[in-house]
Amino acid sequence: MYYTALKMLMGDKSKYLGIVMGLTFASFIMTQQPAIFVGLMARTFSFMTDLSQPDVWAMDPKVQYIDDIKPIQDTELYRVRGVEGVDWAMPLYKGLLKARLENGNFQTCNVIGLDDATLIGGPPIMLEGKLEDLRKSDAVIVDIEGAAGKLARTLPNGKRVALKTGDTLELNDKRAIVVGIARTTRTFQSQPVVYTTYTRAIKYAPRERKLLSFILVKAKPGEDLPALTKRITERTGLAAYTREQFQQVTMNYYLKYTGIPINFGTAVILGFIIGAAIAGQTFYNFTLDNLKQFGVLKAMGTTNGTLLKMILLQALTVGSIGYGLGVGAASFFGYMIRDSVLAFMLPWQLLVLSGVAVTLICIFAALISIRKVMKLEPAIVFKG
Amino acid sequence: MSGELAVSCTKVVKTYGTDDAKVMALRGVDLEVRKGELMMLVGPSGCGKTTLISVIAGILDHDEGSCKVYERDFQHMSGREKVRYRAENIGFVFQAYNLLPALTAAENVAVPLIINGMRRQEAVDRAADLLGKVGMKDKVNSLPVQLSGGQQQRVAIARALIHNPRLIVCDEPTSALDHETGHKVMELLKSVALGDNRALVIVTHDSRIFGFADRIAKMDDGHIVQVANSPDEMEH
Ligand SMILES: Nc1ncnc2c1ncn2[C@@H]1O[C@H](COP(=O)(O)OP(=O)(O)O)[C@@H](O)[C@H]1O
Ligand SMILES: [Mg+2]
Repeated sequence: MYYTALKMLMGDKSKYLGIVMGLTFASFIMTQQPAIFVGLMARTFSFMTDLSQPDVWAMDPKVQYIDDIKPIQDTELYRVRGVEGVDWAMPLYKGLLKARLENGNFQTCNVIGLDDATLIGGPPIMLEGKLEDLRKSDAVIVDIEGAAGKLARTLPNGKRVALKTGDTLELNDKRAIVVGIARTTRTFQSQPVVYTTYTRAIKYAPRERKLLSFILVKAKPGEDLPALTKRITERTGLAAYTREQFQQVTMNYYLKYTGIPINFGTAVILGFIIGAAIAGQTFYNFTLDNLKQFGVLKAMGTTNGTLLKMILLQALTVGSIGYGLGVGAASFFGYMIRDSVLAFMLPWQLLVLSGVAVTLICIFAALISIRKVMKLEPAIVFKG
Repeated sequence: MSGELAVSCTKVVKTYGTDDAKVMALRGVDLEVRKGELMMLVGPSGCGKTTLISVIAGILDHDEGSCKVYERDFQHMSGREKVRYRAENIGFVFQAYNLLPALTAAENVAVPLIINGMRRQEAVDRAADLLGKVGMKDKVNSLPVQLSGGQQQRVAIARALIHNPRLIVCDEPTSALDHETGHKVMELLKSVALGDNRALVIVTHDSRIFGFADRIAKMDDGHIVQVANSPDEMEH
């Protein structure tokens, strides 16, 4: 009878396509929108993802997220180094500075200053030049997006050429020479990223009493990280988070203080409701259209249990196909936008969630139809 | 003698609806159908023919009286038993054929066997054999839309027969067909469907096929008013 059920389902091509399309749409929206959301959220802390060496980040206790810079005094670095369980601790400067372009325009850049000796916290992928080149005088490394985009030079004929090694910039009226081009994971900030040494970064930065943004800490092997963060806080009064904690803190900030989750949540819920409505409605119509056939099967001795399984099978079949197409379309979307400013991240948990949601839609669609078929009087078969 | 009876109805009453909207479709029907007999049920539209065969076929519950098919009373069966009994013992032929449009002729004919638990392939093979016997050998893999009305009714008859039921009920099997095709369908029913261990109850108002009946029960206003042994015996 399952074969019969599937044939019935696919026999009515237009209804079949309608149901599958409804479910495809629902699956697509319920996968693509959260994937963009997850992608965006991951971007809020991608700077930390790129910066994988330190176990613990120490900072001013009032810092709410990664781009919320509340500088601390340089001396804090030595205090942190003195905390037991700390293998090493390095300074990191992070700040927005104005770069003056050749044409006289200004562009705000996200300047990262790395510990002069170790250069810990450098970009994950060098496309041109080497990280060590930062030790040359006035050297900076620029990320490819910035180099090809906001920092690109405009030639007299109107053409734009990407910033390349050997070119110069002015950061706060001080000379900077590009010695390398790096690829960084896109962050929430859209400014070009400029890497340099810590000493040079605070030279570029406006003169202030406090300039140190973060202290990057490596724990001694076998050290319990939460315990270490607690110890750092106790000894120094700084906030200290493990990398995961700081990612979480950053993401929570965005979740709490921006409209992003509401926008995406709305889209996902709408996708679910619209998908459920379309699929439920078309599936119900399909059942109504085939009610006579179900009646004939019932008269001929098909049990309600078998009919129930037939309808469930029909619903789950269209569900699987719609889910496959929807998730496929969402993945294709993700693939197409991989190099664009849009964020997209499709972890397996998301696939499970949208799968469960589509299954719920199908079961809902099946249930309203099943009710109708269960209550069906087989005597209708003799009616005109 | 009662062992010879395929159907035995006594004082069957069936009412549709409640209160003001009440319609008494059967008002105490007595009817006996013997094994191996082709019984026709005739009468004016609305007199209760369809209601009566629905009760006889076990797809409609009656309110009073008793209706036994091979000594089994549907009213004393559970829902499950009734479904099971229908699956094994009753064949159906409808005015509108009611073939499943997505299934081929053979697959349609195979449905009762599959309902009774036979493997699909075996059931379809048997169905194809039977279709050969009703003159539909080359239409085995056709879809219902590709068949004429007469051909569809042949498929439907094969479907009503395939599981070897002891009672076949037909509601107006020829009224959607032209006279000649209807005649052939009746010939087929009489020659292939009827057997010593099987009775046929055919509802019709098509007097041109009355001649195929062994007996004719005439209904009016919820009663059987006459049972005739031939069309000539019928009072008008
Ligand atoms: N489901 C139903 N609900 C209410 N009345 C019905 C229903 N089915 C049939 N009837 C009524 O019962 C009477 C007998 O109907 P039916 O058995 O279909 O007659 P026939 O088949 O002889 O034309 C008619 O008056 C009809 O209107
Ligand atoms: Mg009728």
